[in-house]
Amino acid sequence: MDKDIQKHDNTGYLNMELLRFTTAGSVDDGKSTLIGRLLFDSKSIFQDQMDQVAKSSERKGLEHTDLALLTDGLKDEREQGITIDVAYRYFATPKRKFIIADTPGHIQYTRNMVTGASTANCALLLVDARKGVIEQTQRHSIIASLLKIPHVIVCVNKMDLVDYSEEVFEKIKEDYEAFASKLEVKDVRFIPISALNGDNVVNRSENMPWYGGSTLLYTLESIHIGSDYNHIDCRFPVQTVIRPKNDKYHDYRGYAGRIASGVFKPGDEITVMPSGFTSKIKSIDTYDGEIDEAFAPMSVTIQLEDEIDIGRGDMIVRSGNKPEAIQDIEVMICWLNVNGPKPRAKYILRHTTSEVKAMIKEISYKLDISTLHRIEDDIQISANDICKMKLRTTKPLLADSYRKNRITGSLILVDEATNETVAAGMIV
Amino acid sequence: MKSYNLTHIKELEAEAIYILREVFAQFENPAILFSGGKDSICVAHLARKAFYPAKIPFPFVHVDTGHNFPETMEFRNNYVEELGVKLIVGSVQKSIDEGSAAEEKGKNANRNAIQTVTLLDTIEEHKFDACIGGARRDEEKARAKERFFSHRDEFGQWDPKNQRPELWNIFNGRCHHGENFRVFPLSNWTEMDVWQYILSENISLPSLYFAHDRQVIRRNNTWLPVSEFITIAEDEEVVTKRIRFRTLGDITITGGDESDADTLEKIVEEVASARQTERGNRDFYGGQEEAGIFLIFESKT
Repeated sequence: MDKDIQKHDNTGYLNMELLRFTTAGSVDDGKSTLIGRLLFDSKSIFQDQMDQVAKSSERKGLEHTDLALLTDGLKDEREQGITIDVAYRYFATPKRKFIIADTPGHIQYTRNMVTGASTANCALLLVDARKGVIEQTQRHSIIASLLKIPHVIVCVNKMDLVDYSEEVFEKIKEDYEAFASKLEVKDVRFIPISALNGDNVVNRSENMPWYGGSTLLYTLESIHIGSDYNHIDCRFPVQTVIRPKNDKYHDYRGYAGRIASGVFKPGDEITVMPSGFTSKIKSIDTYDGEIDEAFAPMSVTIQLEDEIDIGRGDMIVRSGNKPEAIQDIEVMICWLNVNGPKPRAKYILRHTTSEVKAMIKEISYKLDISTLHRIEDDIQISANDICKMKLRTTKPLLADSYRKNRITGSLILVDEATNETVAAGMIV
Repeated sequence: MKSYNLTHIKELEAEAIYILREVFAQFENPAILFSGGKDSICVAHLARKAFYPAKIPFPFVHVDTGHNFPETMEFRNNYVEELGVKLIVGSVQKSIDEGSAAEEKGKNANRNAIQTVTLLDTIEEHKFDACIGGARRDEEKARAKERFFSHRDEFGQWDPKNQRPELWNIFNGRCHHGENFRVFPLSNWTEMDVWQYILSENISLPSLYFAHDRQVIRRNNTWLPVSEFITIAEDEEVVTKRIRFRTLGDITITGGDESDADTLEKIVEEVASARQTERGNRDFYGGQEEAGIFLIFESKT
């Protein structure tokens, strides 16, 4: 009801924020049911979609409408009963629009989890109340921590099957906190839910009066995401140069790109990397006019006071705060491709808007992503492995550590022969 | 400290502009697939913003089924002229005449499926390595896993098992000769986002989107426009209804809804309270997931 009233309010709709979250869970922990519940209870499901799901449930001989069917995608995975690859779902409440990166949780799908996590503000981890913190929970948490997802919500699901017991919930919370102390996740919250019955998902549960916290949806609507982007280190990777070459804009030369981090203003003293030339920002242009400040993740066009030779792959930064230009790079790598790296293999490396060649110099260790143990005696890498590598590039990268900057600290490796994206890397 | 927050619609806009600029930078010969529908108009508007004050650096490709709404064609011609871009038309009629595509038969015959042939021929003829489309992931369940940069092999085929992972905002558009990409800058937009954006940017649309009186027949649970391309059966009655179209496609299968929404504000209000997904009344799509998956991705031209 609320939604309808608000959606008619166009100004309200245009003032919403965007929250991207990832969900990870195993085959039976009710992840699809939870997503279905969020979509259904927030009234994001159309009547014809609901009719279809009701029909399918009936065909399967189910007593109730199976909300998990709402998010089923391709036919083959329906038959397998598991989710493969990352599926994106959308819903909105009057406060926020949500993008869900729905990823399968099994170990062989680590690469999907990593992909979904790469753009997420928030990770939603499902724990089966009957099973507690299991290896899979730890794995998901380690990935969330590696990928530096700013917020983690642990949903203790199936509370209906443990008599909505506070003790069970508290025990799981305690176990998780003990384990998570080894990780770098700053903001962790716990919510006891039943996705099947809707307890504490959108509506507050009457079955758990002992729980004084927020419902899941309220938490998703209110988590502070304003600081998720880095607004300190000014980085502007140039995508392309805009030169209209017509009479009106004869001498126009603008550098188009998306602000990776920091806040840029006209008059700012900047340095162009890697050349090192300095200048000042003359104007920050958009189709809707010049603006007096630009911050991540805005797409803008920057004009400089001086004519400098700048192209794609160069980076405009504030003169007092530069990234490192490095050719020997230490990275945490998630290997994505079925074919593992060959020794001393060469790859194309993409980092922000630049492209260089890179050679794997050394694989330092493989990470056991269930325990965080470093495996040094078996460094054979294949798909879904996470490892630490040393790379050497042909040209310097203008790099920040991933910890400091998720945009200028991330890279991918591309196989030159197949053009496939074979690995995702986070600069240490 | 001051808070630096973009609204969701501005963030989606920034993302789409970023994608469009990546296409320009990464490919040699990209094009925009322009159907004259609201989503491709949105893409064109975003492309205008992305390269301003320069002109849109991509030609527009229109796959002409020959079964068009005249209003769409008029809009297309005016818009292309206003933007100063080159228009390339791929003709389905020509594909039929040359024998590379065969006309469907029967009462519900349409050219939705065979336009893929024309599209692929046009791509090959002009050697496009990237075709930008207005498809969104929220349109259809099977699209939920589609990439921003969607790889097509040398046969123009989409293989869901062989798509490249997309991490952060790093896109890999490298391809071998003969292969190409579809690129979807609106991937993360919903129907509501598109309408709200059109409203807030005051983007012009073909008149078909607004409520108007039109001669229609009732067929397949929708109001099908009377045109020279459909055969009206004896038991079908031609009536005049006040309708509008939620999507524009082949005139032979695009049904309208009864509506009084004749302004953008009213349309947004209607969309907000709608109970059907927008393709619900294009009967072509109904439950044909397996057979349709390839077409679903292609038909959005």
